[in-house]
Parts: sequence; structure tokens; C-alpha cells
Amino acid sequence: MSRRAWVEQLMGMPMSIHVRADDPNRSDIERAVQAAYTELARMEDLFTTYRADSQLSRLRRGELTFAGCDPLVAAARDLGEQAREVTGGAFTTQLPDGAGGFAFDPTGLVKGWAVDRAGDYLAGLAGVSWCINAGGDVLAGRHRYVPPPGVDAAPWRIGVENPHDRAQVARVVTVESGAVATSGTAARGAHLYDPVADVQVGRAGSSTVVGPTLLWADIWATALFVGGTAAREHFAAQAEYSAFDL
Amino acid sequence: MRRIVLWALSTITTLVLLFSYHTSTSSTVSASTRVTTGSNGAGSNGTGSNGTASKGTVPGAGTPQGSGSSGSNGSTGSNGTSGAGGSAGSAAGTAVAGSVVPTRFGNVQVQITVANGKITSASVLQIPNRDRHDIQINNRAVPILNQEVVSAQSADIDMVSGATVTSVAYIQSLQSAIDQAHL
Repeated sequence: MSRRAWVEQLMGMPMSIHVRADDPNRSDIERAVQAAYTELARMEDLFTTYRADSQLSRLRRGELTFAGCDPLVAAARDLGEQAREVTGGAFTTQLPDGAGGFAFDPTGLVKGWAVDRAGDYLAGLAGVSWCINAGGDVLAGRHRYVPPPGVDAAPWRIGVENPHDRAQVARVVTVESGAVATSGTAARGAHLYDPVADVQVGRAGSSTVVGPTLLWADIWATALFVGGTAAREHFAAQAEYSAFDL
Repeated sequence: MRRIVLWALSTITTLVLLFSYHTSTSSTVSASTRVTTGSNGAGSNGTGSNGTASKGTVPGAGTPQGSGSSGSNGSTGSNGTSGAGGSAGSAAGTAVAGSVVPTRFGNVQVQITVANGKITSASVLQIPNRDRHDIQINNRAVPILNQEVVSAQSADIDMVSGATVTSVAYIQSLQSAIDQAHL
């Protein structure tokens, strides 16, 4: 069993894909990894707020309607609305626009969603287990015929950074198939918005969520980091997801 | 021994990336480049009969010049290998100096200390101090890098999860070292 890694810069962050296989240089693996990166790049093209010509930017300026955008843009709106309801308002895609109003900004869910979609291209690779790390949020998976206790599916050991000392690993989570998302302010400074209190949250620490999809693990990590007791009560209903704070 | 060499290489590669990195704020550009990892020192360029050549994409090598400096990893690796080979019989710490790697910011040279098959410390013998921006990056990055090489040895992990890493912070990160070790 050998391991091979790829790294690309996408969405302003490093995204690495690691595979374990008897022969990680197989051409079908190379093709699937490139297809996964292509999907991530496509999502970035649609949703980047750093480029004026992305569909999201044009939508926000009123140059496009949802109907005129790729259907994924409307899907992002719907996911954002669903996330707001499920988290009891602790997660939102209506963010302060810097001019006193609010603008549709699905950035907080696009990354996890894009990685889930990219992982679909890797899931069909025979004899392969894989792991994607998108700037600190991780999704692992394996082919359905890779037996869970088998050597091919040796769980991925995900070290969760100590947010108070980023050179240290505070906890290790093992995942054969699923997502590990961590939200906090250690890496970028205050950048997480609390929609209930209408403030940018800059407290120390981090929240980590483990569960089946990175879309929802990441949404919940953000909601738990910025939200209070209410968010935690809503989270308690999510049977497939677990969380811890550091 | 292979692990030691890999870690020595990842240390050096991480440093090379650090200095070949495209640091402007619009640095979402990435370019493919071939990274050659010499695992057994048989061969002057890390491509000897026992070397493993793997194709990878390295972030930040946004210019042909950047790719060129990444390419020099191969020769660095072979020096690191011969040094590590020299430490095979000694249990006490043995210092292994990598060769000087030219980057677009200047020359970089690292040294690692290997004791009982583990890297116990890493230090930088040469770093470029071309302008204030370089100095700022260097002062911040180098101590963190030193720590991470050591903690990566003790923490048996495959990936790192944490608050979102920016492109610049990644260069100093443990995840970067893990990625580099498997490219």
C-alpha cells in the first residue's frame, strides 16, 4: 500500500488530495484526481467573491438573476436557507456587505460542498482510499469494496490543531469515511459572523465537527463556534454528527 | 533511514517553497512542476535506481523561475542523503547540512540533527534577507518550521484540521510538510 499526494491552490487556500493504493500512479487515479480538482476549480469560478466576473459577483451587482446563473448558484441559496433553519439561525449566507446592508454570500458553505462534490470523483476508484484537505477541513473516503477493517482502509488519522498553539496537535480523530471540519479565528483573525448577535466573532479557540459530509460538518463547525446554547441545542438533533471545542 | 531522508527532504522542500512562493495577495495561480525525491542517494540528482520519482503539483511555483528553484530540490536531496547515510552508525545527534539551494529570493541552506533515527532539531544556516518583507517572513516562518519538523516526528498523523489556512500560512504548516513528504 503506497501513498501519493497532490497539492493545488484553489479558493485562496492549499487543497491537497492524498490517495492510498497498491499503485497510486495508476492512470485512472491520476484522471480522477484531476477531475476532482476541475470540479473544485469550477465551483471557485462560480462562487469567488475575489473576481468581479464570477456569477456570484454579477448576481450581487444585479447583472444576473438566479435564473440566469448556473443552477448550482440557486442550489447554494437553498442550502444556505436550509442551514439557517437547521442551525436555528447560527449560520447564514446573508452577510454584512460593509455598507450597512446584507448580501448573499455562500462562501461559508461553498468550500465544504465543493469538496464533497470533488470526492465523488474519487469514490469510484477500485482499491483506493483517499483524503482531501481543503485548508484545514478534511474529507476522507474509500471505494465501497474496500473492506472497512482492511489494510486498504486504514483510517486516516486527522490531527486537530491546538488553536492556542498552532504548531501543536491537540487531538487526533480517526476517520475511514467522513468529514472533519474545524472553525475558529486562529488562522485569519476575526472572520466569523454571528448572525444572532450581529457581530464578528474573534474569540479564541475552535470548534470541530465530525460527520458524513464536509458541507454539513463545516456549516455546523461555524454555527457552534459563533452560536450559543441555542445552536448547541439544535446540534443535539444531528445524530450523525459529533463535535468538540478546543 | 528512508523516513529520515524524506523528512530532511520535506524540510528542505518546505523551505524552498517558502522562498519560491508567490507572495502577492492574488496568488491563486498554481503551476505544475515535477518534484523528484531521491530516497536512497544512488544518483547525483536524486533520480538514482532506488529513488522514487513522483509527479506532483507544488503551490506557488507561479513562474518558470519558481519551477526552476523547486527543481533544485533533487540535488539538495542527494546531499541530504549522503549526510544522513553518514549518521547511520551513531546514536548521538548527528548534524546533517543540506546543500545550498538557490531560490528567487536568495540562497537557502538548512541543517537537521538526527539522533536515534529521529530528527531532533532543524536549523537554518543561510536565509536571504533581501528586503524588509523577506525579513518579516523569515523571522516568523523559521522558528515555526523548526518546531514542526520535530513535532511531525512524534505525532503520527496523516492530515491536519484547523481553522482555515491561508496560502501564506500553509507554507509554515505541518500539513505542508506532510504533503511534501508524499508528493
